[in-house]
Amino acid sequence: MNEFWHDAGCVFHPVSAPDYLPLPQLRQLQLHRLRAVVERAYDHVALFRQRMDERGISPAAVQTLDDIARLPFTVKVDLRDTYPFGLFASPMSEVVRLHASSGTTGKPIVVAYTREDLRVWAEVMVRCFAACGLDRGDIIQNAYGYGLFTGGLGAHYGAEALGATVIPISGGNTDRQIMLMKDFGATALCCTPSYFLRIIERAPDLGVDIRELPLKAGVFGAEPWTDEMRKRIESAADIKAYDIYGLSEIIGPGVGNECREQNGLHIFEDHFYPEIVDPETLQPLPDGCEGELVLTTLSKQAMPMIRYRTRDITALQTEPCPCGRTIRRIRRISRRSDDMFIIRGVNVYPSQIEEALLAVEGVAPHYQIVLTNDGAMDDVEVQVEVTPDVFSDTVGAMEGLRRKLSASIERVINIRVNLRLVEPNSIARSEGKARRVLDQRQR
Amino acid sequence: MKIHQLSMFLENKPGHLGELCRILANADINILTLSLADTQQFGILRLIVRDWQQAKAVLEKAGVVVNVTEVVATEVEDRPGGFVRILDIIEAAGINIEYMYAFTFRSGDKATLVFRFDNPDAAIETLTTGGVNVIGDVELYRLARQ
Repeated sequence: MNEFWHDAGCVFHPVSAPDYLPLPQLRQLQLHRLRAVVERAYDHVALFRQRMDERGISPAAVQTLDDIARLPFTVKVDLRDTYPFGLFASPMSEVVRLHASSGTTGKPIVVAYTREDLRVWAEVMVRCFAACGLDRGDIIQNAYGYGLFTGGLGAHYGAEALGATVIPISGGNTDRQIMLMKDFGATALCCTPSYFLRIIERAPDLGVDIRELPLKAGVFGAEPWTDEMRKRIESAADIKAYDIYGLSEIIGPGVGNECREQNGLHIFEDHFYPEIVDPETLQPLPDGCEGELVLTTLSKQAMPMIRYRTRDITALQTEPCPCGRTIRRIRRISRRSDDMFIIRGVNVYPSQIEEALLAVEGVAPHYQIVLTNDGAMDDVEVQVEVTPDVFSDTVGAMEGLRRKLSASIERVINIRVNLRLVEPNSIARSEGKARRVLDQRQR
Repeated sequence: MKIHQLSMFLENKPGHLGELCRILANADINILTLSLADTQQFGILRLIVRDWQQAKAVLEKAGVVVNVTEVVATEVEDRPGGFVRILDIIEAAGINIEYMYAFTFRSGDKATLVFRFDNPDAAIETLTTGGVNVIGDVELYRLARQ
């Protein structure tokens, strides 16, 4: 991958060529690959074959791209039920890598890659970095966790394939992150947005002004975040904050990425075919409508995913992007259908709470929503970490802040919440991902 | 004339106060005086130490949110009516006391109080004009050593 043709100073990276395919050719390529992957899954994955047979359809039923709607969905539970290797379509002799989710309950989910899958993964990650304006000569600090989690190794091999210099620091140890970022002159950072906020807050304690560092871009993902959070990050660190999208079931990070327009994420749809469906009826929705994102891996060998329900709520944007890419964009994901909670009959998303908190000056988006119940009555407690910007030595000011925050939330969701101020760093984080909702309700 | 006070946010949970104080103890920092404001949910610990910059640094290194406020220390006669004399001056000038607490030491027949005002400079001027002895940090640390 390192010997890709490269012309210094050229804004177009040759590996990104498929991003700009004319649409008729792109659709033709997609159909060709879709038919091949459906056939592969049918031949090698028992669960998929069984579901196809139950519907009385064969791979030959796919004649056009629209025929994808006739295929059965795949859901996360399918990966659990077939644990560990039940959905593999390649013999183990061809599988060169396994990854697994941390799995909060029971068994993790396992994903597999052939050598060709790893090549595709590195390719789409190169296309992500290129879309962020990164290139050979950039120094990319990769603070995604290395190991079973796809984030670390996915970003690592992509950054190497790009020809950038990689700092494989992995997650955690914030003080060392800041020291190396400064000493090595990192120009880009990969991590979760909530972890970067932690870095921003910590840097002044170490006498480091992030704004003065060579850091120019952040490639942030692995958790939903809002535009308000982006504004906070960009102004506090003087960088461009790009949203990267991916999920282990599909490939890991690298399914889609924002370009310099920062207006939606381009999906690398020559490899990952996107659909939007109504999460209730599962009927396909037209472009532009909001619904659940469903992805089909068009070129995956070891573990093809046909119509995988991501649970991420978004919409497909088909308007041409000023960056020139022809591949479609999804609106940036700020919520997941399974993040939604219903409180006293009202649907609430964590992103709504985040927006309300960030509307109050100086508040950092380190928060957690705890749901409890006392009999039939549900209670929402929103815990917000106190930061130096909002901390005052007077009780009156702190109580005022508490009232202001709960009023701001109430205005958005129309439900009274109990707002609790908590100490910094007291809200637990795993893999650098913030866990937003803790449902402790007894049924 | 103003004294630097450190304040810290504390959740109302067992062990949290001890944790903060242990950080200071391990750094060999002596607390000259302190006050703890508590609400149902959280507390605010305010304290005065000699080397406030060092104390702030070790606390922040441990991830504690620390706020520095300028407060005013005054002498008060340790007898009935001693405090009232100071309050009379403050009230007459229409100055609001955010909160106050006392030092543990005495110097002769005098005790020392700490006031948190909105505008410490104006308060110092009012108190000094009224004949109240406002204590600067050098003198305070000398008194505390006795």
